[in-house]
Amino acid sequence: MSIRMPCVAKCRRRSNDNEVASVTLQSIGKSFAGVPVLRDISLDVADGEFLTLVGASGCGKSTLIRIIAGLEPQSTGSVLIGGVPVDHLRPHERHVAMVFQSYALYPHMKVFANIALPLVMSRLRLAERLPLLRLLSPRRRKVMAGIADEVHAVAKQLQIDGLLDRRPSQLSGGQRQRVALGRAMVRQPAAFLMDEPLSNLDAKLRVHMRSELAELHARIGTTFVYVTHDQVEAMTMSDRVAMMDNGEILQLGRPGDLYARPANVRVAQFIGTPAINLLPAKANTDGLVELFGQQVSVRAGRSPGSALTLGIRPESLTPAPAGTARPGMHVLAGRLRRSENLGAGHILHVDLAAPAHGSVTCAVAAPLEAFACDGSELALQFAPAACHVFDADGERMNDDNAPPFATIAQSRARALT
Amino acid sequence: MTSAAAIPYVAQAPHPDRQRMIERVAGIGFAFPAFLLLLLTNVVPLLVLLYLSFTDFKLGALESHFLGLDNFRKALGDPVFRRSLANTFVYVAIVLPGAVGLGLLVAVLLHKRKRTRSFYEVIYFLPVTSTLIAMATVWQFILHPRLGPVNGVLRAMGFDAIPFLSEPAYVLPTLAAIGIWQLVGFNMVLFLAGLSAIPRDLYEAAEIDGCRSGIDRFVTITWPLLGPTTMFVIVTTSITAFKVFDTVAVMTRGGPMGSSEVLLYAIYLEGYQYFHMGYAAALTLIFLAFVLLFSILQTFVLERRVHY
Repeated sequence: MSIRMPCVAKCRRRSNDNEVASVTLQSIGKSFAGVPVLRDISLDVADGEFLTLVGASGCGKSTLIRIIAGLEPQSTGSVLIGGVPVDHLRPHERHVAMVFQSYALYPHMKVFANIALPLVMSRLRLAERLPLLRLLSPRRRKVMAGIADEVHAVAKQLQIDGLLDRRPSQLSGGQRQRVALGRAMVRQPAAFLMDEPLSNLDAKLRVHMRSELAELHARIGTTFVYVTHDQVEAMTMSDRVAMMDNGEILQLGRPGDLYARPANVRVAQFIGTPAINLLPAKANTDGLVELFGQQVSVRAGRSPGSALTLGIRPESLTPAPAGTARPGMHVLAGRLRRSENLGAGHILHVDLAAPAHGSVTCAVAAPLEAFACDGSELALQFAPAACHVFDADGERMNDDNAPPFATIAQSRARALT
Repeated sequence: MTSAAAIPYVAQAPHPDRQRMIERVAGIGFAFPAFLLLLLTNVVPLLVLLYLSFTDFKLGALESHFLGLDNFRKALGDPVFRRSLANTFVYVAIVLPGAVGLGLLVAVLLHKRKRTRSFYEVIYFLPVTSTLIAMATVWQFILHPRLGPVNGVLRAMGFDAIPFLSEPAYVLPTLAAIGIWQLVGFNMVLFLAGLSAIPRDLYEAAEIDGCRSGIDRFVTITWPLLGPTTMFVIVTTSITAFKVFDTVAVMTRGGPMGSSEVLLYAIYLEGYQYFHMGYAAALTLIFLAFVLLFSILQTFVLERRVHY
């Protein structure tokens, strides 16, 4: 985690190495014209951490990152960077860099000038930047030479050193993305703020840039706050994920935690593809969950008769020929409506036996077996441990029934710290 | 290769040559109305003008003689023409920076307004919509040495009255100020359109990259990205200014002592007051050459600097 590029480490102007780059939000609230878009958000991003804000559009994640950047004033609360309140500071004084979805490259400047701009702005006085007037400055040339060195170093790191003489319009989407990253990196900010930086790339490049961004973070070790609506990006790159909805953080945790122990129905639905199956259930008199009249050996934690929602991930369902049973496993009977071939596996859409019970999706890693052609009867088996129980309000119930994925999440977490 | 002629009448599409012929005829057919209109309204008058400029034709004269380049030779030595040319350039030199600079300033100031924007837009745009001939009469009254409110205010403040239109040194700047007043609104609208085309992201990126002040933002983002708009505004403004006529004809008639004589007014006098059509035609050609030169020069010089 703490491997830094020699140049970055050398040039970094920090007084206290482990405090400077943390980002803390203290009960941030924001309303636009009386309509609240953020409610009481508190968050602690540790130095060097990669934290992702994920959520559907309109959940307030972009507003939150813009508040951190200083582009938008918060209505209430306080932003601290490196433990110091920055609420009164202008964006450039907060020492954060931002990468925009549109890249926001300056179209009239070449790549070199685009990357150099933050340094030019901070190291040259206004008069030294103005045309003609700048020719009078004796130190300008020396400063510019220093800037050029740093720009070249960053460009080399991002493998865009051959493009410095081009204009943004002559670059591909991926190259523009790198230039935007370069412009953010060159000033060695306390934190990187990224607002959906991969959304404008095509699917293939997005996958590639995802791993590159993760590697970049590992290499320079600066704090990243990353906004995305794509749960895959959130899951694959982050140390921690904050899932937002309707201006609130629904759950904050390691990616594995969000997947394995979603705090409520909305998180469960958002994380994981294909989406989790949510089935209506209720608590029975034995204190266990009752699903479509059959008892599931999962504790309900609610008084008998209260409504529950049982969540089963598609990958926790195992299809078997109708009528087969395995000890310790529960079974949902159904008929295969349609299967989707993904190459490495299949996604099955299964109508449950009783029409009122609806349908479920089921993801199988193995190749489809003979029994699974369209219309065939299936028995979908699942283990009680794979069940997520939510109460009538959609909050998670069965914390003592953590599915086996939790162990994976924990081992990943251990590897990270 | 077997020739197409060897296959008897099976071709679904016409022969390539025939196809090309049809396309050509259709193309000419479609272009013809526009071409005819252009010919009648632009090309033919220009050719007539060119012919007239080589003669000593006078309006109403029964015969005229071919003079060759004599009219142009005369123009080069004509003090009235040279003075009007110089006056026109002075006028353009004042109006161009004034109307472009003020138009840009007003546009930048208005761009951030929300509620009051349309109010100011209307105010600045009103002069554009008004008839300059009528407005010139109003200006003549406003600037009148004894009756005009401007000099009234000056006198009330204890200054001497300024003879805006009767003092040779003041008359061109006064006319230029009216020209600026008339053009600012139009340029403002063009600049506002240019400003709204600049993505907001860029200003935010610049803000994060350290553009502290309005000057920083203007120098880093606004001015360079307005390049194409500015070029267009400069070209249209300078051509409009070069064609100054209404205010001169109504307010000063070239006076006092020829100090506000401008190119178009000189042509008007030669052609329609003295009936020297041949000579006026020659002057018009010179005028057109200047306008053409202007546009070409500006397009090429500025194009290289605004291209991105």
